[in-house]
This record gives sequence, C-alpha cells and structure tokens, in this order.
Amino acid sequence: MFRFVLKGILRDRSRSLFPIIVVSLIVALVIFNRGFLVGSMNGMFKDTAVISSGHVKVMTHAYQKESQLMPNDLALMDVDEILKDLEIKYPNYFWSPKISFAGLLDLPDEHGDTKSQGPVMAYGVDFLSSNSRQFELWELEKRIVLGRMIKDPTDALVGHKLADKLGLSLGDQVTYIGTTMNNAFTTFNFTVVGTFNLGMGPLDKQMMLVDIEGARMALDMDNAASEILGFMHDLYYNDDASIEIRNEFNTFHSDTTDLFRSSMIALRDANQMGTMIDLVDWSVFIILGIFLFIAMIVLWNMGIMSGLRRYGEIGVRLAMGETKGQVYRSLILESTIIGTIGTIIGTCIGLPLTYYVQAVGIDYSAAFENLNSTTMIMSSVFYTQVTPDLYYIGIIPGVLATVFGTMLAGRAIYKREMAQLFKELET
Amino acid sequence: MCSVDIKKEQKMRRIILLFLLSFVFGQNEISVKEIIQEMDNNLNAKSRVLTSKMVVHGRRTSRTIESKNWVVGTDQAFTEYLSPPREAGTKMLKVGNKLWTYSPQTDRVIQISGHMLRQSVMGSDMSYNDMMEDQPLMDRYATTLEGSVIIDGRDYWIIFMDAKVKGLSYPKRRAWIDKEYFLPTKEELYAKSGKLLKTATMDGIKKVQGRWFPSRYLFKDELKRTSKGTEWIIDEIEFDSDIPESRFSKVMLRK
Repeated sequence: MFRFVLKGILRDRSRSLFPIIVVSLIVALVIFNRGFLVGSMNGMFKDTAVISSGHVKVMTHAYQKESQLMPNDLALMDVDEILKDLEIKYPNYFWSPKISFAGLLDLPDEHGDTKSQGPVMAYGVDFLSSNSRQFELWELEKRIVLGRMIKDPTDALVGHKLADKLGLSLGDQVTYIGTTMNNAFTTFNFTVVGTFNLGMGPLDKQMMLVDIEGARMALDMDNAASEILGFMHDLYYNDDASIEIRNEFNTFHSDTTDLFRSSMIALRDANQMGTMIDLVDWSVFIILGIFLFIAMIVLWNMGIMSGLRRYGEIGVRLAMGETKGQVYRSLILESTIIGTIGTIIGTCIGLPLTYYVQAVGIDYSAAFENLNSTTMIMSSVFYTQVTPDLYYIGIIPGVLATVFGTMLAGRAIYKREMAQLFKELET
Repeated sequence: MCSVDIKKEQKMRRIILLFLLSFVFGQNEISVKEIIQEMDNNLNAKSRVLTSKMVVHGRRTSRTIESKNWVVGTDQAFTEYLSPPREAGTKMLKVGNKLWTYSPQTDRVIQISGHMLRQSVMGSDMSYNDMMEDQPLMDRYATTLEGSVIIDGRDYWIIFMDAKVKGLSYPKRRAWIDKEYFLPTKEELYAKSGKLLKTATMDGIKKVQGRWFPSRYLFKDELKRTSKGTEWIIDEIEFDSDIPESRFSKVMLRK
C-alpha cells in the first residue's frame, strides 16, 4: 500500500507538488519565527544581563537602594573573598566583578590643554583575569570597529560614536575626570586602543569600557567593586534558578542593621525586567500559538480542498470495490508522506535560515536611533537562536496538521452512499 | 489740672516717644552695619595664606585631607593638597569664574567648568567657593537684625542676609553672631527659594593678628541626606601677606 501511495504521489504532481510546497514554506516559517522570537528575547535578556544586571547580581544593600546614582562610596569591599565564597556556594554560576562609573572624558591637544571634552559612562569589567569570559560575553570580537581588545589595565575601548564626537584616534591618551569611591576629585589617563559599536543606540554615544584594575586605579577602589555579576555557565537565563539562589543568598545575609551587607537580585528584579520576562514568556507562547493555529487551518483547509478535488477519484475507487476504510487509510498515509516530505524540506530551509540570522543578525539601528531610554538595554541588532526544539517543531504543523486536515476531510468518504455512486459518476 | 496743660503733656509725651523710637530704630540700623563690619574685619583680609585639614566624615569612613591655600578676595585662589599620598601634589587654581586643576598622576592641567565651583571639594560638604572665597559680607548682602538670643550662656545677634548682587552661592543666609567675638558661630545658608542648603558652625576662636578667628569650622550639606558633615581645621593662617601675582598663574600648577 505504501508503494502504491508513494507512486501515486510521485506520478500525480498535482497531488504532491503544491501541498509539499505549502507544507515546506509553513514549516520553514514556523521554525524561523520560533528561532527569531526566542533569539530576540534571549538577546534582549543577555544584553541587559551583560551590561547591567547579570543573571544574578550581588551588591551592598546601601548601593542597591541608590544604584541609579552609581554610589561607589557604597561599593562592595574585599571582593576577592566574596568571589571565593560565591564560587564555592554557587558553582552553577560564574562570577565577575564590575565597576560602573561616570564622569568626563577629556582629550588634550599638543600643549596638554583641553581639545575636546564630553560626558562618559564607563564600565570597569574583569577582562584580563586568566579565566575571564567577559570578551565572549561582550562579543567584542564582532563589536570592535577599530583597533584591538584591552590588554593592559590602562587600555580603554571607547564607543564608536563617542570617539567620533570627541575626535579620538587610536593611541590617544584621554583623561577621565570624575570622583573616587571617597567622592574625591580624580583624574586618570587611559589609552584608547579601540572603538566598539554595541548597536545599542544611546549607550554607544557615551560609553567606555576599561579593565576593572584600571577602573580601580582611577577610582581608588582597591579590591572593591560596584557589583558582582553572576551568569549561568551556558549563558541562558533561567528565571526559576535565579530566583531560588537570590532567596537563599538573601536569607543568609539578612542582618538588617548592616547597611553594607551583601544583597542579591535576579535579572527579573532589575529595571522592571520581571514584568518584561513574564510578558516575553507569554508573548512567545501566544504568538507561536496563533501562528501554529493559522498554519494548521491552512494545512487543514488544504487537506479538505484536496479531498473535494478528488471526490470523483474516491468514488471510482469505492465503485471498484475498495472499502471505505482502505480509501480513508490510503488518504491519511498519503498526507502523512506529503507532510513528512514537506516537514523535512521546510526544516532544511528554516534551520539554515535561522542559523544564518543567528550569525549575521538583522540590524534595526536606524529605527532605534532616536530612542533615549537606557533603563531597558536593548540591542538594535536582532539575532535568531537555534534551539534543539527547532529540529522537530516543524512536525506539528507539517505532519500533524496536514494529517488532521485530511482526517476531517476524509470523513466525507463514509458519508458516500454506495447506491448513489454510479449516479454521481454519471454527472 | 486744666485741659490746656493736659494737651501740652500729651504732646510732650508723643514727642518723647517719637524721639525714643527714632533713636532705637536708628541705633539698630547702625548696629547691624557695625556688626557686619566688625565681622568682616575679623573674617576678611586683603589676602590670606592658610594650612588646613579637612576631615570628611563619609558614610563608611572618615578621611583627612591636608592642603595649603593662597587666597586674594573672591577672584584669586590657589590650593595645593599635601596629603593623603593619593591627593598629594594635586593643585587647583581659581581665577575669576575659571578653575584649573593639576594632577601629578596625569600630568595634565584641566580646566573645570564654572559650575564645578559649587561642587563638593574632595567629597566633603564644602564647595570650592566655600574654601576659596574671601569677600566682605557687607558688599554682597542687605542685612536685617532679627533679634538677640542667649545660647549656653553666650549672647548672640541673629542677622538675616539677603543677596544684593547676583550669582552668589547662597543668596540668603542667617547668622548667629557672637556679641563678644563678632563672629558667626552658626550660619544657615539658603538657596534663593529659601531652601536650606548648608549649615556651618565654628569654634576654637582665638586671636590671630589682632582679630578673632575660628580654628575649626563644621560644614554640613543639608541636601545630602546621609551627610555626617565635614570639619575644616585651620592649623595656620596668615592675613594680609604679600602673595606674588605669579602664584595665581597656570605655570604654578606644574611646579
């Protein structure tokens, strides 16, 4: 029977070509859509995590209350000891200290006088430790526009737009003007070794990245850090796991009389990200659900149309003595084969496309250019993400919906009256 | 007594009352000016050179910063930080509304914009203007005597000052002036809106070159919710010394 049905599909192109094309396209679309939604959402969380919140973040309770002001006088002290403790207690995460600071960046002319000056928002990140994964997290290999990565504590990477605004060139020595963790006035020279483009609109206009040791020297923050960020080793944000360790950590550090006790927050606690995470989860579920539903309606309808078109053929087969069950089963087998072929082809189209956009991304920077909010850190380049479920998600619309449509359409076979068959066929 | 005599007596009483009132008010107006003049005589000079310590009480720790200042009026000031080691060698020059800073770490002379003059010095509760300005109050404020008060056995005048020139850091201020020393041992410094910006107290009053001068100030920035205040201890001070004009040149920053 299988060979009979397969031959029928291969020989009658009207039976196979259009349905396979439709199934393939829908499967490819479902795969890409799912990859895009998951990729954009994870990208959004990842950028916020890397730049601002980590998957979890440790800081002093006093700093947490005023964190918008970057009050480094309330920063964590004895960071090495805290890091050791975190690594032992929470081995599922890797931990990295960070200093956030702001001030002015001053470029001197040949006489040492100010040539240009502008506000800067800077991060001291642990780039130079032997086991640091910060280059990978910041994706600097693809984000550096000119120059090289940081190799020395006094090296600085400057946002491409900020460098343009101040007229900075590679090798220039720029002076950071700001305040130390004691709120004392400070100036410190950094060497511009590269420019980067994070693709994050407003942030690129005033951002500088330095190694944490450089930031510590500039801000008089020996073995101190504004925050310690924790990331899951696979870099996927796990909301439940983060909430669990946050609660455990804060229960342990619950001395409310100590303003400088360590306090942990999860990504969902930062910048109203909780609402965003819940919204995203529901959005992905609803969008995919709607898309799958529409795809199933289309394929179901295709099955019905196919059944109607072959009304005469089915009648002949019944008149020739095939049982209704045999005809029904052959139609289901046929749609299973078509659905499977379409799913395989659709997966073969959708997956490479998703892989491609995962590597290259879609740039929306022009659309985001005028957004000034930095509360929600959002990349203007969206990447898809290939997840294991993309290899089999196509089966739902491709095979199941096609077969289901055929099953519903095929019910008409059982409604045919044998006595009426020849009359029907005469017309 | 006849009615004519009564009228004469009432008239005389009115004349005496008017005379007394005019005497009292006239006396007060002169007194306020005199008080402020005496206070300016104590606090201000053609120039001053001082070595001081600033004890900044932070939220976690306290830091002591030692510096030497050369000040002429409100337009010229030069500060060199002597300790702690991180700050030692940092110099600041103020000429008019311009402020330059030199840091040996960067070997750069950087001009800081004018609004920085109202910002905190080294994380303290004092602004650059608080530390570097020296101009008689009489020239800048219209004054009103609000009354007298005895606190801890000492007699004070309470004087309210309202700016008569524009651009002052504190357009309004209220001072409790010690009647013996003619010094504002407590001051409240206000914004134009009337919002309290800072409070300043002084103690350790001693005679220096024939004038009463405090050896310790305590500044508290009332806008910093968690501020614990900053002590400014004046170790040495010399008034009306000849400071060469070259002291206030940018060249001195690198020397």
